Amino acid sequence: MAKIEEYASLVGQAVIDDLSLLGERLKGKAIQHINSTPVGGGVAEILNRMVPLLRELGVDTKWDVIKGGEQFFNVTKKFHNALHGRTEEVTRRDFEIFMETSRENIENVNIYGDIVFVHDPQPIALIKKKAANKWLWRCHVDVSNPNERVWGFLMDFIVQYDSAVFSAPVFSRKLPIRQFLISPSIDPLSDKNKELPQETVDSVLRKYDIKKDKPIITQVSRFDRLKDPLGVIEAYLQVKKYIDCQLVLAGGTAEDDPEGFKVLSEVKEKAKSDPDIHILLLAQNDIEVNALQKASDVIVQKSLREGFGLTVAEALWKGKPVVASNVGGIPLQIKHKYSGLLCHSVEGASFSIKQLLSSPAYAKKLGENGREHIKNNFLITRHLRDYMLLFLSLYHPEDIVHLC
Amino acid sequence: MSGLIKAKEPFRFCTRLHLSELTGLRATALGQLLVLVKEVPGSCIYHHTHRFLQQHQFLSPEPPNDFAYWVTDILGEDELGERLASIDTMQYSSIRDLREKIASSIENYLKDNPFAKLKFARTGEEFHFIKSVSFILPTNYIVYDLKEFTEVLKKITIDSIYFHIFEARLRLEKPTNDFSFWIENSLDDKGLADEISGFDPYTRTLEDLRNKIIQIVGRRITD
Repeated sequence: MAKIEEYASLVGQAVIDDLSLLGERLKGKAIQHINSTPVGGGVAEILNRMVPLLRELGVDTKWDVIKGGEQFFNVTKKFHNALHGRTEEVTRRDFEIFMETSRENIENVNIYGDIVFVHDPQPIALIKKKAANKWLWRCHVDVSNPNERVWGFLMDFIVQYDSAVFSAPVFSRKLPIRQFLISPSIDPLSDKNKELPQETVDSVLRKYDIKKDKPIITQVSRFDRLKDPLGVIEAYLQVKKYIDCQLVLAGGTAEDDPEGFKVLSEVKEKAKSDPDIHILLLAQNDIEVNALQKASDVIVQKSLREGFGLTVAEALWKGKPVVASNVGGIPLQIKHKYSGLLCHSVEGASFSIKQLLSSPAYAKKLGENGREHIKNNFLITRHLRDYMLLFLSLYHPEDIVHLC
Repeated sequence: MSGLIKAKEPFRFCTRLHLSELTGLRATALGQLLVLVKEVPGSCIYHHTHRFLQQHQFLSPEPPNDFAYWVTDILGEDELGERLASIDTMQYSSIRDLREKIASSIENYLKDNPFAKLKFARTGEEFHFIKSVSFILPTNYIVYDLKEFTEVLKKITIDSIYFHIFEARLRLEKPTNDFSFWIENSLDDKGLADEISGFDPYTRTLEDLRNKIIQIVGRRITD
């Protein structure tokens, strides 16, 4: 795992020096992150990188994971879908199941942080343990149009926190507590984003029997309805009428997502008659994801809802042209026609993919602009800085804070 | 050699890091935008007129502020967008004055174009008001003469340059930018101080700004 000093070659030594200055200001504060899964999905991925780097900067940081059975995670998946605005029947029994497991976690999770940083709805009820310490709630999901019953249920907990954090302005609403905008980030030195030799890229393509004889369109995402893998196949089929190409749908499933395998089988069913569609279930293999993105001609992220859509940042960082839905945090990463193409439908996606495959110089320019935008705004060093400022904000209510 | 003249007081470089605080306030049409521009905290006006300088370095010098961008790209009111984009921020010495100029520009436009009130942003494309929370930290870089000053300018973060040029003047309401203030008062070089404060920093990218100041000071050192 990369050390903090290694990032200086990408962002400059002065940026690392600023991070160290902030780390010094947090000496003596213990930060405790809490979420619901140690692997799979964007939250675990960010924490896996963030926690050791914060420690290196002198910030005493630890990470704990709550426990929950299948029933609990079925309910939290329902919550997740409902917050994203999908029609979900959430029953009174579901809320009871959520509270039963929450009570067990309240009893069993040891709270030791001066600052407790709770991620997403699953551990939200731990706020009941709030004492004199500070509590933050980080919402990683798209709550622009939530099911009001579920949102109202969560709101009873949210208002007890000191501050909340959202990934995009469109998720904010009037709250009685402070709320901050912090976008997630990618780690440019992680296995998923570092430079790879061409031999590695080629060997991954060989492993999955993907030939380079026709353009490759790729979507990397968990097999989740909100990522619309079936819509991606439809868009690809429309492109295929005019341009001979191939589609790669690659992704894993998260431990807290019981629906994943069902979606995967529907996708396989829809793809079975086309040998140019490659469905790859990757078991947390970041080098392979990196290689597949690098090998692609166009990368797609056709989500119906999106907390942020880090796969867009990953693709842009690799200088790839991207076609992505205009939802959640994606428009923060793509300025339409400047650093990628935004779409609202299957037809829109297929039209944009055709444009990019037919105009390689345009596609290249979009990819270059995208990489620069990610470098300036969505690398982990910016994220580390924001989190440290967030921790400091808990002790400074003013708009201009002099840390002299 | 002007570069070796020792300053009466050293210059300590500070850096300014910022967090974006959400307000939950949003506008879907021009009338609503105007009401909120008049009401929101000054930190919101500052955020939406300066965010692009730091976040879109590769796009700079355009677009200059969020209001102009939203009015043009989302509402399709190009003429008002141009009026807002061309507000000369350098002419205003406080956020209060800048806010009044933005509000009066919208107000006058609505008087002349009453139908503009009827245009609404689509769901998801509303204008979201955000506050800028600044954290100001002293760095370990302290300089005593122009030579040391340029050496640090070459390696300091753009956040630091941003702070001393933009934030010190407009948000902290100092009479000029910090570099010019130090050069005039501690090095007694009013000519150089005026040269730095005399150009419009809003029309450059932050890296261009860095190079421009290094170039001006470098010329004085070799004079």
